Amino acid sequence: MADENKPQNELRSARRRELLKMSPLLLAGGLLFPRVRSALLEGGLGFSDRASAALFNRNGKLTFSDAEVVPFSKFPYNYFNVLDPEVDLEQWTLTVEGDVARPGEYKLSQIMALPKVSQNTRHVCVEGWDVIGNFGGTRMGDFLRSVGASTSARFVEVECSDDYYESIDMESAPHPQSLLCYEMYGKPLDRGHGAPLRLQMPTKLGYKQAKYLETLRVTSVLKAKRGYWEDQGYSWFGGL
Amino acid sequence: MRNAQTAKAKVSSERNLSHLRVKSFVVTSREKVRAVYEHPTIVRLAHWMAAITIVVLSMSGLQIFRAFPSFGSKVPQHTLFVPPAGVRLGGWLGGALQWHFTFMWLFIGSGIAYVLYEFLTGHYRTVLFHMRDIPGVWPMVKHYFFFAKKPKEFEPYNPLQKLAYTTALFLGALSMITGLVLYKPVQLKYVAFLLGGFHLTRIWHFAAMCGLWAFLPGHLLMVAIHGWDNFASMVFGWTKEPQYIHEPDADADHGE
Repeated sequence: MADENKPQNELRSARRRELLKMSPLLLAGGLLFPRVRSALLEGGLGFSDRASAALFNRNGKLTFSDAEVVPFSKFPYNYFNVLDPEVDLEQWTLTVEGDVARPGEYKLSQIMALPKVSQNTRHVCVEGWDVIGNFGGTRMGDFLRSVGASTSARFVEVECSDDYYESIDMESAPHPQSLLCYEMYGKPLDRGHGAPLRLQMPTKLGYKQAKYLETLRVTSVLKAKRGYWEDQGYSWFGGL
Repeated sequence: MRNAQTAKAKVSSERNLSHLRVKSFVVTSREKVRAVYEHPTIVRLAHWMAAITIVVLSMSGLQIFRAFPSFGSKVPQHTLFVPPAGVRLGGWLGGALQWHFTFMWLFIGSGIAYVLYEFLTGHYRTVLFHMRDIPGVWPMVKHYFFFAKKPKEFEPYNPLQKLAYTTALFLGALSMITGLVLYKPVQLKYVAFLLGGFHLTRIWHFAAMCGLWAFLPGHLLMVAIHGWDNFASMVFGWTKEPQYIHEPDADADHGE
């Protein structure tokens, strides 16, 4: 039998109102649904990349002293399928295409004719290890200017002899420390480290540093395949 | 108006707790109870967000650690330990990074919202350990560990509790700052330098996580010991007749 004169329990009502305010937490339940989960994680990764691009300082350099450089023997060889794709170093040329005034085949000697930079920089792997090495090469910015790359193009795409492929943003490519690298520790790049030419960008994670370069394309529209690891779920920006 | 019904209570003459809302509630025709609005909405949301995000970030972090389970060099590599599959999240490094890069923003966002709220409202006085809390630490240790009599309470958290929460907040801030440095070691090179470099920052980041988990058993034990109403306040906000209110009911329900 209900007591009609029974006053409302005010504390209970207050608590009920407060409980409703916690309802946004129920959104966490969406994580149980695979489609919600993958949409959320994709969004989170995209947001992280936009934040990284916004935070990127075009001129911020980080260099190290000679004493901090690890011996060459302790610089790891990392590869995704073969350490040596057996590039014919005699016949090798870099194919340059896309939004450039002077597309074509570029010999290593043409690339080396541009001003050379030697720098002690850090290679940081997405796995968490890092190693400081000495790298020599041509500034990517200088090379892009020399081939007449469109100043409004948004990306540089590269393809490699080991079927690896990568793409990088046009903010990072002309960074003063972004190299088309052909030397390590004062010696020509060895095959395991990407002979004859690789990317070396201390503002990017290791998986962005494509080795055994074959093709360099300047473009404003990325291909569907943006990067070997990125297509499997790594961050595309990969910035440090 | 809501505030017209509530009074800013003088909970204690020794402690300034004017930021806490105290109110009398009619619960039956004869009975009134006093309750304190201990955990405002943002605090409760931030608390549960922290609980969720710390679990996700720790588990995905251990999956990330699995990729290079060492704090040393790559060549040669000395594996420290491999976290068991049951405590890892993401399936592989790339999957774990997606969890980590998504939930870090939720962790940072709710953390900053919480800290801003605490300082704008003065609510931080409930939580933050203060110099004047120092003399009260030892009596609480004696109470908890040596069965001494419980010291009289004048505010929601006792000195030992404040010390624990303040430490946890510090560890949360440390995990955020070290995480950002690991994420952007070039852009944040000066912060990295202050933390002792990239290698040491990885260790700080891991240690901050360990610290947060070290806090948990004691936290859960205390929640279990102090019963439903104490726990419920972190869900419903209001705590019924907390022991630290010593004054009579009379003045609690007036106000303009």
